[in-house]
Amino acid sequence: MAYDLEFERPLAALEAEILALQLKGSCLNQGELGQLQKAEHELRHRTEAIYHNLTSWQTVQVARHKDRPYAQDYLRLICDDFFELHGDRCFGDDRAILTGPAILGGNTVMFICHQKGRDVKAKRLHNFGMPHPEGYRKAYRLMHDAEKFGIPVICLIDTPGAFPGLEDEKRGQAAAIASNLYLMSRLRVPLIAAVIGEGGSGGALAIGIVDRLLMLEHSIYTVAAPEAAASILWRDSALAPRAAEAMRMSARELQSMSLVDDLVAEPLGGAHRDHRQAAQYLKAALLKHLTELQQLPPGELLEKRYRKFRDIGKFDRI
Amino acid sequence: MVKESTVPFIPRTEPICPRNERQPEVREKDTIAIKCPKCKVILYRRDWEKNLKVCSRCMYHFKLTAYERIDLLVDPDTFVEVDADITSIDPLSFVSDSQTYAAKLNDERRKTGLNEAVVIGHALVEDRPLALVIMDFRFIGGSMGSAVGEKITRAIELGIAQHIPVLIVSASGGARMQEGLYSLMQMAKTASALAMLGEEKLLYISLLTDPTAGGVTASFAVLGNVILAEPGALVCFAGPRVIEQFMHVSLPEGSVTSEFMLEHGMIDAVVPRRELRRTLGRLLQLYSYME
Repeated sequence: MAYDLEFERPLAALEAEILALQLKGSCLNQGELGQLQKAEHELRHRTEAIYHNLTSWQTVQVARHKDRPYAQDYLRLICDDFFELHGDRCFGDDRAILTGPAILGGNTVMFICHQKGRDVKAKRLHNFGMPHPEGYRKAYRLMHDAEKFGIPVICLIDTPGAFPGLEDEKRGQAAAIASNLYLMSRLRVPLIAAVIGEGGSGGALAIGIVDRLLMLEHSIYTVAAPEAAASILWRDSALAPRAAEAMRMSARELQSMSLVDDLVAEPLGGAHRDHRQAAQYLKAALLKHLTELQQLPPGELLEKRYRKFRDIGKFDRI
Repeated sequence: MVKESTVPFIPRTEPICPRNERQPEVREKDTIAIKCPKCKVILYRRDWEKNLKVCSRCMYHFKLTAYERIDLLVDPDTFVEVDADITSIDPLSFVSDSQTYAAKLNDERRKTGLNEAVVIGHALVEDRPLALVIMDFRFIGGSMGSAVGEKITRAIELGIAQHIPVLIVSASGGARMQEGLYSLMQMAKTASALAMLGEEKLLYISLLTDPTAGGVTASFAVLGNVILAEPGALVCFAGPRVIEQFMHVSLPEGSVTSEFMLEHGMIDAVVPRRELRRTLGRLLQLYSYME
């Protein structure tokens, strides 16, 4: 697979060498075989070294990788019988939000996901994973129903942020997000969220008030996109890498700050290298937390959820 | 660094000091005249102050400090400030240009006389008790970080503990970037507290002032049972600058304001400053009930 991110370039040359040797197939002599094994070992070792020490900005690049699995990809691999439900019963159907029930590990769960698109047409269809108010209202409707039927909710978060248009202001983007925060904080079913790519600010948080917040190893979660932050702080969006480092948005950094409940491992070199394995890891993590949460009576669930968010914040007294 | 325990808040019954207003180091010059930034007319300072810092010609509402807002809204000598000593720290060791966030905080505390961008407490409005949250734009643009989120949550919990309504006056550019994800999570924290307040069937009145933007708008500010706004306030989520950059359009002047929000069904009323206290009194009366 291509090592196309700029910090991966040292690996690309090594991979080219390996491919050239592999192409020879069974025609390899003893020396060349040894060389191939050594190169493969070296590649693995160097990939590990890089990927175990990604900077915040490098993590942003992996989280935004064009081949990274999206919600649709995970759903196809981890559950059976996913049935997509549409519409907010009020205005429209936002294709940046993907929702519906499915069977996960033998139980029905309600999935609420951000959906990005891979090709140009799909990107436009799914609005780059940037929801309008009707997307959040669709999520609200489905979560409300999930509570009615006692179905746990699993949110897969992957958005650059809520769509910032004038029409969105008119249709109440702020109200849609705030309503979801309000609803989710008291929803009487287990809630789990997994950031699978970009956790873009309020647009992510609107499906992120949960009992367990998971983040994939190379995902990000931020109060503002690095470009936006750089624009506001230093009037230059090209300083995004600096903003990313300053704001500590990588999953690993957030876990060290105790803002994440669990990190989900990714295949070596990032989820984009092996969708199937990435899905296996995600499924295992989701089931583990779901099983734990299902032991709790609703009162205790709500109390713990309140405390989870109540305790976030660093302050002092003069 | 001290982190508060989870003991429910019980306010003192008499004020230790009714307010903790320190004099800001930087005082605005006591000029005899003020220029309206909107219609450019020159106003006499004395008349301007008597008119509650509203332009008598075009009704432009100048920003008020938190303590000026409190004086405007509540019954005299009834405001008791709490948790005035809560202040921000620098959890990310954030550096912007040559200044750390910690240094910036010291600067702001000195310049404004405030410890943070919000003042909380309780007071009477037309003899009815309520918990108060009043934001102050002077302190890092009223931005919400951990300390602001914590104070707002405490005020809401005070409302729950005392079984009294809550008033939150917003004046904010949004979330405080220097605290990263901690700031974003304050949206969750304040909304959760309001959901608990709602379960207790307690009234929450939200007053939006200029500006109310970003993560503040998309959390507690629009969750009021009744949402009021001052005339001409900038009230938005993304805001005109972001919209213009993103959509490559040019928005007309005054696009995303209180009046715009009223027209599009997002708020309950636009209320001129001099009618605010009376309006609050009426609402508190209408939403009061015999138990």
